Amino acid sequence: METIRLVYPVEGGDLIEAGEASSKMKLTLKKLGLPQDVIRRASICMYEGEINMVIHADGGQAEVEVEADQIVIRMIDTGPGIPDVEQAMQEGYSTAGSTARELGFGAGMGLPNMKRYSDEMTIDTEVGKGTTVTVKIKVPQ
Amino acid sequence: MTVQELISAMDLTVFHLAQPERPISGCYVGDLLSWVMGRAGQDCAWLTIMSNQNVAAVALMADVSCVILTEGVQPDADLLRRAQDKEVNLLGIGSDTFSAACQLGKVLA
Repeated sequence: METIRLVYPVEGGDLIEAGEASSKMKLTLKKLGLPQDVIRRASICMYEGEINMVIHADGGQAEVEVEADQIVIRMIDTGPGIPDVEQAMQEGYSTAGSTARELGFGAGMGLPNMKRYSDEMTIDTEVGKGTTVTVKIKVPQ
Repeated sequence: MTVQELISAMDLTVFHLAQPERPISGCYVGDLLSWVMGRAGQDCAWLTIMSNQNVAAVALMADVSCVILTEGVQPDADLLRRAQDKEVNLLGIGSDTFSAACQLGKVLA
């Protein structure tokens, strides 16, 4: 199978509308006939990434590569960066504001959930420049 | 048990029913959306009092069978629209969350 590349812009600012990129990806993965569990894990990872981008980085871009044996999702933003990645990875730690919390986000579970549902996760971040979170989800053969 | 059967068994309010034959395999209760995504199992019924449109996106990503708004909470117009767009089963019940969860537990047992 040839690698399929998908690119989705993530709008910043509007948490209410967040999830459009993940919804579109989910639909595409379904059409490609991937296993339901793989689709679910990829969708949750991307949605959490989307929410993070909207809350912290005023949007960004999601790049998805669907290969025969794995799905690679890159969430790329030019936001403020993460000063302490270890702290950000702790369940319950969050710097989200009150609006996000009122909507049910900001529980400090975004990055931990991305790790939980992926097989591999890397965070490249630089304060003042931006963050790229990459997750890989294996497709059982 | 299917979503349609659960509606009859618990006399649930139907706000939007896109997939009546979807099976239900458990229950999750929670209002923090990332917590729900981290913990709710696939095909479960999700009990919550959150009624903004992100609920529909979370239900879709987490692949839950249905959302049940407890305590008589009504979905806001955007949530209803998004549930229709995303084919999410959106239901409601007047009782409090604890009573609804107990009733659901009995029905699923």
